[in-house]
Amino acid sequence: MHNESSDVLNLFRQGDVGAFESLFRLHQRSVYSWVLRIVRNPAAAEDLTVETFWRIYRAHARFDPARGFEPWARRVATHAALDWLRAARPESVLDPEQMEELASPAAGDPAIAAEIRLKTAQAFGRLAPKLRIAATLAVVEELTAREVAEALGISIAAVKVRVFRALRLLRQDLERQGITP
Amino acid sequence: MKEHDENRMKNLLKLAVPPVGGEAEPGRDLWPDTLRRLDARPARVPWFDLALAAGLLGLVAAFPASIPVLLYYL
Repeated sequence: MHNESSDVLNLFRQGDVGAFESLFRLHQRSVYSWVLRIVRNPAAAEDLTVETFWRIYRAHARFDPARGFEPWARRVATHAALDWLRAARPESVLDPEQMEELASPAAGDPAIAAEIRLKTAQAFGRLAPKLRIAATLAVVEELTAREVAEALGISIAAVKVRVFRALRLLRQDLERQGITP
Repeated sequence: MKEHDENRMKNLLKLAVPPVGGEAEPGRDLWPDTLRRLDARPARVPWFDLALAAGLLGLVAAFPASIPVLLYYL
């Protein structure tokens, strides 16, 4: 959690570009990391970080300093990423080479055939963006349902429903391809 | 879907789509791009497009029967 002075937050609310730059410098990394977790594409995450801060600045008058900058920035970033997922073709979202680059060293499991992993990733890419984003954050990134709910601006129950639907549809897609998970 | 099926799907998904996790650093300073974006003026509609739209409106007002033909070609 970053701390910014209330003076900076109030100045930003009035549209002060200097205060906005201070907040940008403080939160650029966390916004970029958050978006990267959703879109899994470093170049797109950079563009979306710019888009997020642009949206943030445009809405400066609606910012409530009492509710903190970071949760607000995260919500704006999540919606920008969701818009990107809606516009992007599924193949561009889940490129196996990029996933390989982004993968943590412990992620590879030789017991699971590469083909099944690839087909699962492709089937995941075909899910509706709002289901995919919930499953990415809750299952893949292992965030709590509360964190996901706050970022998406929905209830915890709605997050659980979306994750369940995502997993069920993923399973049905794999079964249609002859893969029994 | 039963609970153990759900857990198996979660494990498979985590293997297929590995977590990014943690804090990552953008490859460049994004402030100049953000500043440029803030300074950018909204895109202006070219005069030719406005003239074309006005012409079409005039055509539709003068010949309402042309509306289905226009809709067909849109």
